[in-house]
Amino acid sequence: MTAARLMQGNEACAEGAIAAGVRFFGGYPITPSTEIAEGMAQLLPKCGGKFIQMEDEIASMGVVLGASLAGRKVLTASSGPGISLKQELIGYAACAEIPAVIVNVQRVGPSTGQPTAPSQGDVMQARWGTHGDHPMIALSPWTVREAFDAAVMAVNYAERFRTPVILLMDEIVGHLREKVVLPETGEIEIYPRRKPGKTRAEGYQPYTPDEDLVPNVADFGQGYHIHVTGLIHDETGFPIGSPKITAEAIDRMHQKIERVRDEITHTEEFFMEDAEYAVIAFGGTARTAYEAVKNARARGQKVGMLRLMTVWPFADKAVKALAAKVRGILVAELNYGQIVHEVERAVAGACPVELCAKYNMEIFEPEEIEKGIDGLVAGGNK
Amino acid sequence: MERSFEAYFRQNRLPHLWCPGCGNGIVMKAIVQAIEKEGLTQDNTVIVSGIGCSSRASGYMDFDTLHTAHGRAIPFATGVKLANPELNVVVITGDGDCTAIGGNHFIHGCRRNVDLTVVLFDNNIYGMTGGQASPMTPTGKKATTAPYGSVDRPFNACALAGAAGATYVARSTAFHVKHLTDMISGGLRNKGFSFIEAMVQCPTAYGRKNKMGDPAKMMAWMRDNAVMKAAWDKLPEGEKQGEKFPIGVFKQEEGVAYDVAYEKVIEIAGGARK
Repeated sequence: MTAARLMQGNEACAEGAIAAGVRFFGGYPITPSTEIAEGMAQLLPKCGGKFIQMEDEIASMGVVLGASLAGRKVLTASSGPGISLKQELIGYAACAEIPAVIVNVQRVGPSTGQPTAPSQGDVMQARWGTHGDHPMIALSPWTVREAFDAAVMAVNYAERFRTPVILLMDEIVGHLREKVVLPETGEIEIYPRRKPGKTRAEGYQPYTPDEDLVPNVADFGQGYHIHVTGLIHDETGFPIGSPKITAEAIDRMHQKIERVRDEITHTEEFFMEDAEYAVIAFGGTARTAYEAVKNARARGQKVGMLRLMTVWPFADKAVKALAAKVRGILVAELNYGQIVHEVERAVAGACPVELCAKYNMEIFEPEEIEKGIDGLVAGGNK
Repeated sequence: MERSFEAYFRQNRLPHLWCPGCGNGIVMKAIVQAIEKEGLTQDNTVIVSGIGCSSRASGYMDFDTLHTAHGRAIPFATGVKLANPELNVVVITGDGDCTAIGGNHFIHGCRRNVDLTVVLFDNNIYGMTGGQASPMTPTGKKATTAPYGSVDRPFNACALAGAAGATYVARSTAFHVKHLTDMISGGLRNKGFSFIEAMVQCPTAYGRKNKMGDPAKMMAWMRDNAVMKAAWDKLPEGEKQGEKFPIGVFKQEEGVAYDVAYEKVIEIAGGARK
């Protein structure tokens, strides 16, 4: 274990990325994510990596994808307005299967919104922000230490599945300072860059899926002469106007994530042993929800909590299991109501689902969620 | 006849999709001939392109090739170069790709002086989408989105690149093949941001609309109106008008490339080069 440090969530995110092997960052200033760029500018050259401040958010996304193809593990970070601009090339990364981690330290939107007050309004954008069908992985940490761990996990997933991964932070956790003890380098599991299993002479094709349905795309400069495109392509990497290949390409893109869904969908339960009601929350809001649940318990209400660390893919299984156990679910989120619809879909009428929403640029007070719990309990006792 | 350039193409991806009489193939060949001349290899050179007719060239060239999104070739290429400075990075782009949707990336690429060689295939039109006006369509020329003649003033991409900080700027045409190859060679030799505007005829989407005749006639127009830089400089101001335009090297200066400059940052920060 390393010595305890007082650290900010954004700083922990930068350190986690470095620990996971990120050696390239491209970014553009925006609050409340700027400390990540500043951290990377400071840390990267110390370990032989490179930082570049680009002319805009689109270029920041493009430069990291280029660097990833040339063999570096990469990170970029922004907030809502910037993430909107990055969507074009997040889709490119999904289609061309380029590992990249995109941090979104959420703030109030839409548009310039309320800079830079906390929000969780980009949950659906994280899932569906770019055009077309594509899978998505999004992780939402709730503590400073978990910002570090989630950064490591995001980089590992991006590399392992060759896909863009969104680290869906929020201003609460991004600007939170906590005492943390970071793991030693040796304690951190790192997924290495995938390597081609064959030579060109042996008939290597860059987009032939391995057993896990993920292709071992060669890095540029290895003599493979690969072609990378955002057009739908076959195993050779070249575009092809075939309905069969198009369907297969989109199927595989989804299946490579779907087949590991249980493994990568991380959730955490609290006080669920005897719970009759449950609160679902994620990210910074989960901190308040945890307080609220503890207070409710102190008042004798049998309430538990499910925290979604992985927001996408959605934790259908955990939510279904929860719904089978409790008499009602309260979803607390710092937006007008987004993840609640996913909860309702997964619950499918098995129990009542209520929304505790807040979108006035302030974070939740525990009492507000407690009030939601009271309503849920009263409804259940009707 | 020496056809060593054929080794630089993915023969199984040919024939190309360009229209009969299009000038893009001429520039694509000039690029590989310049690559051959400068002794770059297919293993240490990466071709990065955007979206549009010109940008389909990357698919035909037997290198590591990257066909990016519309306008974004320069940011991707910047990432490739910085991630692995051993690689030679050539960008293929078009007038719409580079100066419209990619305009911001273009000027900032020039400013940073990353060691890239950018070849702009200038056909004065959006060809892939069927002939819409681009920022390099001359005023008065017709396009599907300028049916009465374009009212926009066009960019002079070479002047723009030079002003924005590119350390090598040149122009040539699909007619002047040897000259064009030399211009690209100069760009490959320059350690910094090099920009070469290659004028190409688009008989289908631009020439037809503007009654410029068949491809040979469009190339004859290039022959008749292009003036070598040295001769252009001696022309009285009054004669630098109409359809005449200069070709040659407009700017060549020393400048520390971004990728070289950043190595210094790593040194200062104390990071061993990894």
